[in-house]
Amino acid sequence: MQEWLEGLHPAILALIKVLLFVVPLLMLVPGLIWWERRLLSWMQDRIGPNRTGTITLKSGKKIKLFGLLQPIADGIKLFFKEDVTPNSIDRLIYFLAPAIALFPAFALGGTVPLGPSYGIYGLLTPIANVDIGVLYFLAISSLGVYGVVLGGYASNNKYSLMGGLRGSAQLISYELAMGVSLACIVMASGSLRLTDILKTQEQALWGAVPWLQNWFIFTPFGLLSAVIFGICMVAETNRVPFDLPEAENEIIAGYHTEYSSMKFAVYFMGEYAAMFVFSGIFATVFVGGYNLLPINWEYLMDSQWVGQFATLMHNLQYWLAPLVFLFKCAVGITFYIWFRATLPRLRYDQLMSLGWKNLLPTAVLNFIVVAIWILVTKIHSTLMGIVAGALAYVLLYFLFKSFLGATRDKPILQKRTLDYMPEPPKPQSNPVTGA
Amino acid sequence: MNLPVTGEQLTFMALAGIAALMAVGVVVLNNPVRSAMCLVVNFFFLAFIYFTLNAQLLGISQILVYTGAIMVLFLFVVMLLNLGGKQIFKERRDFKPILGMVVGVSLFGMISSQLILPMLKVDQIRADNAYGAPQSIGKTLFTNYVWPFEIASVLLLVGIVGSILLAKRRV
Repeated sequence: MQEWLEGLHPAILALIKVLLFVVPLLMLVPGLIWWERRLLSWMQDRIGPNRTGTITLKSGKKIKLFGLLQPIADGIKLFFKEDVTPNSIDRLIYFLAPAIALFPAFALGGTVPLGPSYGIYGLLTPIANVDIGVLYFLAISSLGVYGVVLGGYASNNKYSLMGGLRGSAQLISYELAMGVSLACIVMASGSLRLTDILKTQEQALWGAVPWLQNWFIFTPFGLLSAVIFGICMVAETNRVPFDLPEAENEIIAGYHTEYSSMKFAVYFMGEYAAMFVFSGIFATVFVGGYNLLPINWEYLMDSQWVGQFATLMHNLQYWLAPLVFLFKCAVGITFYIWFRATLPRLRYDQLMSLGWKNLLPTAVLNFIVVAIWILVTKIHSTLMGIVAGALAYVLLYFLFKSFLGATRDKPILQKRTLDYMPEPPKPQSNPVTGA
Repeated sequence: MNLPVTGEQLTFMALAGIAALMAVGVVVLNNPVRSAMCLVVNFFFLAFIYFTLNAQLLGISQILVYTGAIMVLFLFVVMLLNLGGKQIFKERRDFKPILGMVVGVSLFGMISSQLILPMLKVDQIRADNAYGAPQSIGKTLFTNYVWPFEIASVLLLVGIVGSILLAKRRV
């Protein structure tokens, strides 16, 4: 198999790589939609779609598929629905916008490795193992805004336009914090290549525990980055609680108000594919990618007690790597759905102040601390590096807090009073009792 | 295959041709949003040309900075001013087109006079693998060119502070 792959023309090999990534993604999207609907139902104490696909045999026996065919039925329905095209639209851009929205969702995963970098996986994933993996991901994710903006603009509908404007403002704002939070990881691992970031995570935990892996989520700066990246990730995919571009109780359906039938389905599919790939990138950068457990089986293989078990697990790890990766993506999707079931939508000013006044300064603070930590570790010692990092965290936190106290008069979750709101009448003395 | 052109030339012609076509579209089209989209596609194909020349960091910066950030802001402003749809720019007939043409031609002459002579000596199409890598660019940027880099960043900082000041005046 490996020799055969090595003998292929690079272009054909590249095509195989792309198909191996895109086809499973396309096939998984209906499953994701089913999972979202079922999980939401369970969280909301409903049943959800559990009937479609139940086959009743002649003997009266039923084969249940738990409603797994529901998304396919929905897809067929969407195909045959009336495709309403409004009259006064910008036709070219109107028809192009869903395709433009779909493109970044599928192109996003171009540098994500689905398996180890040796053996057959080294040949097949990632699609492009380039020097600029993280930058590629940031660049493509920043293109996601075009589908929203152009859809909103081309529909020639003021609600759509509002949705598009909100979408562009939101995506631009959250890209910054996302980029800075990823920059910390890039600095700590010393490479923009996603496979190198994974290799850094396979080293000893905190440089001290050799049989555990140093997943970035276990380090303080990595945890902070992961939280920021997670929030930005939800905002970038326009999901609850950041679904302002399609807030149904304010602007109908936002940028896709005028889209029906398959064109709407394409938007829908793009959103789910993007969620999936973003989860995959989170898994790769912060929680060890294709490694199931944060344990260095290779190190344990020499051990007398668990050596054989470790060898077995190492081999299992190798062969199940893509499945483990998919499992992590599915966990990410589950978190997305959980957010949707739990959190109410943010108001526009809350969205902006969360992005600009909280996430971005925190990410920059984290960035400075990582820089100080690396510098002191290099010029002095590991211990002094950790001490300096911790000190920098404390110092910068207080600095940040004092800045925030000086500039912000209202905390973001306080009820906003409008400028033109009349003063409530002062309680007057009671004419009867005189009190 | 015995084509009169090599595969590299063919790739370059395809990419550069589309880029040039889109650049013409930016100027020719009346609808501002379509012009902006043409510019986006143009930037994209420019980035692809950089990729074919093995300058990956430059190419991805092109996409990240221009298509991902600046053009989105352009579109945002175009939409905010609601310049789209039926509204068509009508240029007045005055000295401005002629002046623009003169400036354009002189700029083209200036850049090409600087570029053509060094370009004639080029015998290698692609940069070496390490040449455009982030590591080497970072190293050069922070050793040989650290002062220009810092001055540029201070300039950007001044720009940010200035824009906040301008915006704050109304709040």
